[in-house]
Amino acid sequence: MANAESKDNYLVTEKLVKRFDEAVAVDEVNLSIKKGEIFALLGSSGCGKSTLLRMLAGFEKPTSGRILLAGQDVASLAPYDRPFNMMFQSYALFPHLDIWENIAFGLKREGLPKNDIQQRVGEMLDLVQLGPYAKRKPHQLSGGQQQRVALARSLAKKPKVLLLDEPLGALDKKLREQTQFELVNIVEKVGVTCVMVTHDQEEAMTMAGRIAVMSKGRVLQVGSPQEIYEYPSTRFVADFIGSVNMLDGKLSVDETDHCAVQTAIGEIHVGHSISGTVGMPVAVAVRPEKVSIGKQAPAGLSRNLFTGKVKEIAYFGSYNTYIVVTPQGTRMKITEPNGSHLDLLDITWEDNVYFWWDDTDALVLRN
Amino acid sequence: MAFNLPMPGKRFVIGVPYVWLFVFFLLPFSILLYISFVDMGNDISPFKPIWDHQTGLLKLKYENYWTIFVAQEEGSHLFQTIYIEAYFRSIWYALATAVLCLLIGYPFSYFIARSKPSVRPALLMMVMLPFWTSFLLRVYAWKGILADQGVINQMLMSLGLISEPIQMLYTDVSLLVGMTYVYLPFMVLPLYANLVKMDFRLLEAAYDLGSTPLKAFWLVTVPLSKAGIIAGFMLVFIPCVGEFVIPSLLGGPENIMIGRVVWDEMFTSNNWPRASALAVVMIGLIVIPLAIYYHYTGDAAEPRQ
Repeated sequence: MANAESKDNYLVTEKLVKRFDEAVAVDEVNLSIKKGEIFALLGSSGCGKSTLLRMLAGFEKPTSGRILLAGQDVASLAPYDRPFNMMFQSYALFPHLDIWENIAFGLKREGLPKNDIQQRVGEMLDLVQLGPYAKRKPHQLSGGQQQRVALARSLAKKPKVLLLDEPLGALDKKLREQTQFELVNIVEKVGVTCVMVTHDQEEAMTMAGRIAVMSKGRVLQVGSPQEIYEYPSTRFVADFIGSVNMLDGKLSVDETDHCAVQTAIGEIHVGHSISGTVGMPVAVAVRPEKVSIGKQAPAGLSRNLFTGKVKEIAYFGSYNTYIVVTPQGTRMKITEPNGSHLDLLDITWEDNVYFWWDDTDALVLRN
Repeated sequence: MAFNLPMPGKRFVIGVPYVWLFVFFLLPFSILLYISFVDMGNDISPFKPIWDHQTGLLKLKYENYWTIFVAQEEGSHLFQTIYIEAYFRSIWYALATAVLCLLIGYPFSYFIARSKPSVRPALLMMVMLPFWTSFLLRVYAWKGILADQGVINQMLMSLGLISEPIQMLYTDVSLLVGMTYVYLPFMVLPLYANLVKMDFRLLEAAYDLGSTPLKAFWLVTVPLSKAGIIAGFMLVFIPCVGEFVIPSLLGGPENIMIGRVVWDEMFTSNNWPRASALAVVMIGLIVIPLAIYYHYTGDAAEPRQ
């Protein structure tokens, strides 16, 4: 039991605060990160995610709060005494050292015997498949290769926690997608606990097991990519992850198994309850892909069925996006996968259409 | 005489440095080289022409160089001449000055490069501020500080630490203090230019990988500033070898450097050919470290990531 708990709470931050002069960069952040998981801190720039990572690495001293690694407080340890290694944004490889020496740098500081260093660097070069490049200088490698060197260097010391700062930020889009999986494979093969920082939600969702969404120094929600996408707990998270139609309104019905919200386009029924009082201001969030669109109203549907006029159509290859404006002037974004309904192709600009969704596809969020 | 160039603008711009080097370096150097191979002149002209009118022969006089390396007095060894000694002394003082400038200048430059960008111009200004005063005045000021009745001795005596003044002026100490003081900015500026470009995250990476700040400085900062160190070192070393004014004002009779020897040959002995030969050898001594310098800056100029 105690063992299981320490595994779930391997790296813990307790009320971690960082203040720069009067500005609060990180505000009472409580996180517990499981051993061996890839945990992402996701947020836009200036949300405090990088400061949080730098506190974990030891480059910033927390103003208050604790950082516990397997129950031990490490917040007071200098970065060079901490069993954490970081892969820096744009890598910070030593330009005057070759690839072999870059990877060996941390091992040499440990004072390991020469043979052990030789062996470990060899293992790392094999892991990232850069053996033939050992004698090159960093600037002689491509961006993707540099990224792998940086990863090998940060894994060489067998850190307890691997910190990734925008690990794919310096790569172009095509290479990024390929590298995402490669990086996850390597990290999982090594089995190291990993905390990554990113502003790219796609990157966080593909790579991380759990995500903490941050804004203004606070953690708004922690959960698996699915939980965060399907059940955002706040307006900000719903808005930040993916795209969403946000319909403001007032709570009109609040029962144990459902509720309803009166909005500008009409009453919306939602298949979950919310602990609140009737009349309180709330918002209904509906993902564009959960909304169906058609020229005919489906038979037998009476709730969550609305009408509007198609104002814009965008073709994205695998899906279409429609912007529909209701008679009340509300803009709805609706996406449909291509080829699902052949009659959808008939929909064109200025057509009057119906759109609808299931009770369970919308979410009520407090303001 | 009119120049007739097809593309005056472009050629002119490219040509200016060549013309400059030709007029102010190659031509004077050729004259110097010429004089170093001729005989001393009579009363009117300081040197004789290389072309002997009577015999119609071209006559190179190697003795001017010979006497630099081979002792004339009996019983002394081959290279034991006052000239060779002066060369070695000059190189020694120049090296010592360059090392002192590096030891003082590095923390200086590091501090400026690491300070807030808003205060850096002010700090750099302070490094260059002494240039606003005459060089001679600044060297003279050191006389007042280091003399037997100077500021330091008087202070030490009034504190009762010493009873007799310590001889500082006209010694190695005063010479090195003066040269280090004057040449320090030449070390600080290239070092600063190098250090300010350094990526601070590289130091963080070194800490992260287990280096203490001191180790990280030695393993990352110093190697990455190699080009700056070499540039500063050469900028101090090269002019110091031929330095004339500071040794004559602050140095003693023991500290005669090659600049002084050339001066004496020229104006006291009136031996222009030998003075020229001495200068040519000195240029050779400076060109060798310069060649090393260019070799290394070429190396350091390789593109960084």
